[in-house]
Amino acid sequence: MRECDLVIIGGGPAGLAAAISAFDSGIKDILILERDKELGGILNQCIHNGFGLHTFKEELTGPEYASRFIDKVLERKIEYKLGTMVIDISKDKEVVAINPEEGLFHIKAKAVILAMGCRERSRGALNIPGYRPAGIFSAGTAQRLVNMEGYLPGREVVILGSGDIGLIMARRMTYEGAKVKVVAELMPYSGGLKRNIVQCLDDYDIPLKLSHTVIDIQGKERVTGVTIAEVDNTGKPIKGTEETYSCDTLLLSVGLIPENELSEMAGVELGITSGPIVNESLETNVPGIFACGNVLHVHDLVDYVSEEAGFAGKSAAHFIEDQKKFEDKGIEIQINTGDKVRYTVPKTVHPDIMEDEITVRLRTTNVFKNVYLNCYAGDKRIVHRKRPVIAPGEMENFQLKKEDIKDLKAEEIITVAFEEE
Amino acid sequence: MEKRNLTCIRCPLGCSLVVTIDGDNIDVTGNTCKRGYDYGVKEVTNPTRVVTTTVPVSDGVDLRVSCKTSGDVPKDKMIDVIKDLTEVSINAPVAIGDVIKANVANTGIDIVATKNVSKKKSNLKATEVPKHEYKKAI
Ligand SMILES: Cc1cc2nc3c(=O)[nH]c(=O)nc-3n(C[C@H](O)[C@H](O)[C@H](O)COP(=O)(O)OP(=O)(O)OC[C@H]3O[C@@H](n4cnc5c(N)ncnc54)[C@H](O)[C@@H]3O)c2cc1C
Ligand code: SF4
Repeated sequence: MRECDLVIIGGGPAGLAAAISAFDSGIKDILILERDKELGGILNQCIHNGFGLHTFKEELTGPEYASRFIDKVLERKIEYKLGTMVIDISKDKEVVAINPEEGLFHIKAKAVILAMGCRERSRGALNIPGYRPAGIFSAGTAQRLVNMEGYLPGREVVILGSGDIGLIMARRMTYEGAKVKVVAELMPYSGGLKRNIVQCLDDYDIPLKLSHTVIDIQGKERVTGVTIAEVDNTGKPIKGTEETYSCDTLLLSVGLIPENELSEMAGVELGITSGPIVNESLETNVPGIFACGNVLHVHDLVDYVSEEAGFAGKSAAHFIEDQKKFEDKGIEIQINTGDKVRYTVPKTVHPDIMEDEITVRLRTTNVFKNVYLNCYAGDKRIVHRKRPVIAPGEMENFQLKKEDIKDLKAEEIITVAFEEE
Repeated sequence: MEKRNLTCIRCPLGCSLVVTIDGDNIDVTGNTCKRGYDYGVKEVTNPTRVVTTTVPVSDGVDLRVSCKTSGDVPKDKMIDVIKDLTEVSINAPVAIGDVIKANVANTGIDIVATKNVSKKKSNLKATEVPKHEYKKAI
């Protein structure tokens, strides 16, 4: 069986950044496994610009951003296999993959980085009544059809869900000559970035109806119309608010879920993000298996994916070089989600082995104004930052310093909360 | 004096700006960086956007190549840019930065490729494609 220091599953932005940073941290025996025919992951279909401003100080499109990282992988001659699907990982880091040239093959790795990205929630998960006519697409599928295959899924479009991919597709379909009639969002706020609402809806006078959902889809063979209605604060449609739009296409942009079937095979424990529960090194409960990018938690900005993945790559390199240190991590401290916080990544820290400073990423539960991001080590407040507006669609982060938590005792916890003061 | 609430779109942070217009005096607040200030001023005087789209590729490993305007175009010209590209296609190989259409819609701005597309390896017809050995899996 082939042996390898580090196997990275997925060649999207997370996998690429992890590979580059592991290499630069001294690990040269790396293998990236990617099921698609090219590296770059989902960025290849995200042709709009706005990527990488924080990393490269210029506005790039998805493929341009990906190519910066692909070039670095090529420069370092890091090995990768395309058209290669990983189908199993075991607890002792044996990876099983399959491709047309080699058939089924096994690799024994010292460390594994999970970077499989996420997939879209489907209509099945949504419970929309009615027949199953043609003309219902997930926004990501539509993105792939239009941008990579040059095929326009329809002419008159209603979009359910205001996630970023849905917003971006509203503009894209408009460019291609389709009429986007309305975007309906179940929640009282949009799940997408503000800039996408401005650039993709406002610029083209496409209405965004918050607290609205689809209650009926008309048409047997092909969609002929969609009825939406306003919902009350329990999510129930309000009688008398129904509006019917004639259309031939319904796009669903109702969220992404991390793709973790493989992680579960390896015995990796998943948390509230539907991604692995990780510690300060982005290591899962299975020693030597790390996770980063959308497989860990859904990111809205690829810059943060690259940053996080770079850190995972470095951690994996440390693990390979010094397994002993990772075996005896010292005391483990939980990071608790306090008021208005849905989740944090990481979920635990080991002050003895952590870097001087790590990034904690988190999302809130709802839209709030004029709050403070507070972090407590035991009962001492160690982070206090004003946030004029927070929303579930925009990830927050702060730096957690080793110095602030090194004296915590095993039974003490770290708490992160958004509070009035 | 006029006040306009805008969202800066210069980067994905999307800061909320308040632009105050008082005759020739324009003031911007709420921005995190200089780009936000410039955006606020420009948005009320001469709004512009970068347009991104795709065009067909012949002979490439991909069917289409993504592209963008090499700079900002006036907001009200966006649809003209798209229209001007309806007949445009390009032959592989294409490299990032290649000009696909110069002076698109008379804006003085070019359309450039944003993805590398290499040439298809061979032009064999499907029936002539050499048989690969596909090992049976599992
Ligand atoms: C449809 C869609 C559109 C998006 N559009 C945007 C956008 O416009 N802007 C934005 O900022 N973000 C967008 N995102 C979020 C985007 O996913 C992240 O910004 C970023 O691409 C995440 O990087 P990643 O490497 O974690 O995941 P991905 O880019 O999804 O990469 C994961 C890679 O792993 C591979 N893989 C998965 N399973 C296996 C396996 N078993 N074996 C081998 N390989 C495997 C996949 O083929 C893929 O290449 C979008 C996401 C989706 C799903
Ligand atoms: S003001 Fe600066 S940081 Fe804020 S959105 Fe604009 S460019 Fe980004």
